[in-house]
Amino acid sequence: MSEQLKVPTMAEMMAEGKQPEILFWVGSAGSYDDRAKKITRAFVKILNKANVNFAVLGTEESNTGDVAKRAGNEFLFQMQAVMNIEVLNGYEVKRIVTCDPHSYNCIKNEYPGLGGNYEVIHHTQFIKELISSGRLTLEGNTYKGKRITFHDPCYLGRGNGVYDAPRDVLKKTNATLVEMKRHKSTALCCGAGGAQMFKDAEPGDKEVNVLRTEDALETQPQIIATGCPYCNTMMTDGVKFKEKESEIKVLDIAELIADA
Amino acid sequence: MEYLPNIIFAIFLIAGIGYFAKNVKKLIRNIKLGHKVDASDHTSERWKNVVNIALGQSKMVKRPVSGFLHVIVYVGFVIINIEVLEIIIDGIFGTHRIGLSILPESVYGFLIGSFEILALLVLVSVIIFWIRRNVIKIRRFIGSDLKGWPKSDGNIILYFEVVLMILFLVMNATDTSFQNMEAGNVVSQFIAPWFEGLSAGTLFTIERTAWWLHIVGILVFLNYLYFSKHLHILLAFPNVYYGKVVPKGKFNNLGAVTAEVKLMMDPDADPYAAPAETAEDEVPAKFGASDVMDLSQVQLLNAYTCTECGRCTSECPANLTGKKLSPRKIMMDTRDRLEEVGKNIDANNGEFKDDGKQLLGDYITNEELWACTTCNACVEACPVSIDPLSIIMDMRRYLVMEQSAAPMELNNMMTNIENNGAPWPYNQMDRLNWKDE
Repeated sequence: MSEQLKVPTMAEMMAEGKQPEILFWVGSAGSYDDRAKKITRAFVKILNKANVNFAVLGTEESNTGDVAKRAGNEFLFQMQAVMNIEVLNGYEVKRIVTCDPHSYNCIKNEYPGLGGNYEVIHHTQFIKELISSGRLTLEGNTYKGKRITFHDPCYLGRGNGVYDAPRDVLKKTNATLVEMKRHKSTALCCGAGGAQMFKDAEPGDKEVNVLRTEDALETQPQIIATGCPYCNTMMTDGVKFKEKESEIKVLDIAELIADA
Repeated sequence: MEYLPNIIFAIFLIAGIGYFAKNVKKLIRNIKLGHKVDASDHTSERWKNVVNIALGQSKMVKRPVSGFLHVIVYVGFVIINIEVLEIIIDGIFGTHRIGLSILPESVYGFLIGSFEILALLVLVSVIIFWIRRNVIKIRRFIGSDLKGWPKSDGNIILYFEVVLMILFLVMNATDTSFQNMEAGNVVSQFIAPWFEGLSAGTLFTIERTAWWLHIVGILVFLNYLYFSKHLHILLAFPNVYYGKVVPKGKFNNLGAVTAEVKLMMDPDADPYAAPAETAEDEVPAKFGASDVMDLSQVQLLNAYTCTECGRCTSECPANLTGKKLSPRKIMMDTRDRLEEVGKNIDANNGEFKDDGKQLLGDYITNEELWACTTCNACVEACPVSIDPLSIIMDMRRYLVMEQSAAPMELNNMMTNIENNGAPWPYNQMDRLNWKDE
């Protein structure tokens, strides 16, 4: 992707005396992880296409502390949270959108107790909003008739009860949405949550992402849709493990919509 | 001597209820070993949960087969117990079927008829439950955490119910005057022929025996509860009330940490200042939990409420992939340790004497705790709003903040966050590089 993206920062906006309608919280994965960066760019492409007046914190953004908290390090979490809240409040941020359900959950639910009160939405909710308000129109029929199965991220689904927004968005692509046996509130974790992403799994007889990939393969999908950078990595690895990467793509909903 | 049965009955009743009350007191004392939780929020939602989840069994029926059977046993249990009221009155006053002298025969017949149908349905359901446990061997009933006593406990409860239901039906079947009434003997009329040909005296003896065994059985059952996994029939209600009412993804922020972080971030803070006197009681002795006393009263209530159905474990991604973690075992371990602490207090005149043991290590291993993905599947699966994840999290907090005992890779990840604001060793200044790639 060499296409030029418009990505204003809060600092630039402030210098011009402007306030964006929404802050895009990129998150650590979205900023540094090679696979997740593609999701970030795809989402910005959507924002540019829909003429959304947004900004990012850029180098002023720091890790939410979510993963430290789940690992048990409450100190580190609160240090990170207090720092981020200071920056966000300094810019008088009201509305935040993010592609990472972990950042979403953490800022939405755990920052208020430390002085950070914002309206936080997940990018699938925001895309739904853009489509239904007519700001974003899907032109092509790229996915018409394609079998897509959606893997619920734990911190979006069970964690916060958001099951419909990603599905509503996927339906707009004219794809055939097929559900795994375990979906919505009974969806199986991809295996990355609770800081597992950053360590080896405990001894067992299988990797969680392989089990979840088997769930997905049962639906015979052409695309496995995700809504979380970590789920994306885990499912991509699972598909590779099953040697299906030539037949099945693992794509974030932002990537699907950016090309729709 | 005429009043001897009445007196014996009263003694049984008082002893049965008295011993149960004594154990309930112990149970409350044990739960109070945990720290207090403020549950004064979301009152209407809490009551709604009690009505839907506890009374209405909304989460039980998510698994239709066991859910449906459980509803039958539950409804049967509650309704048939109306009959116990009559038994108690009869027992104390030496009357026979006092209901008949208050209610018209048709109404009484209808009531007892309904009880009989329910009793039969309960009997059938309980037998199916037994088959699921012992013949079909459903995965969640044969887990390694359910070996030994928990397995027998599960079966004993079922035997109890079979015996109680049979006694109830036999009692009705051998009650000649009740059978002659031709109302309410919906089920027992088919059992009565088995006893045909017996003398009136023998029938009377059988009826009396069944009656006595039925009420004694109920009292024994009541007292068995405290020692079994079956406390959920009482505790499910308060447990659901105190269950989580915020989004499942929301974990509590430790107040004690907030105080320290604020102090660290405050440029005006005096680093040499003595800690404020008043803060003393608010700051816990340690961060996180290594033993049951470090948990909250709700978490301890959770442990007593768990009926070891294993729905949590059967949905746990770690357990499904062969890891040691079982959320059910977390709850069982918590209760076992709490009971041990309770017995220790009983033996030492109300004072806990350090026994060199704790929940962490002696019951729950680090390996189990680190296998959790915090996905909330166990919390979602629990039909009575138990939260095993919160205990896992509190124990991880202890491991990390008190013992620095996180796996090495996680320590690296945390060091990265501390140094450069990301879980990987990248430069903070490169955070926006994705824009031009």
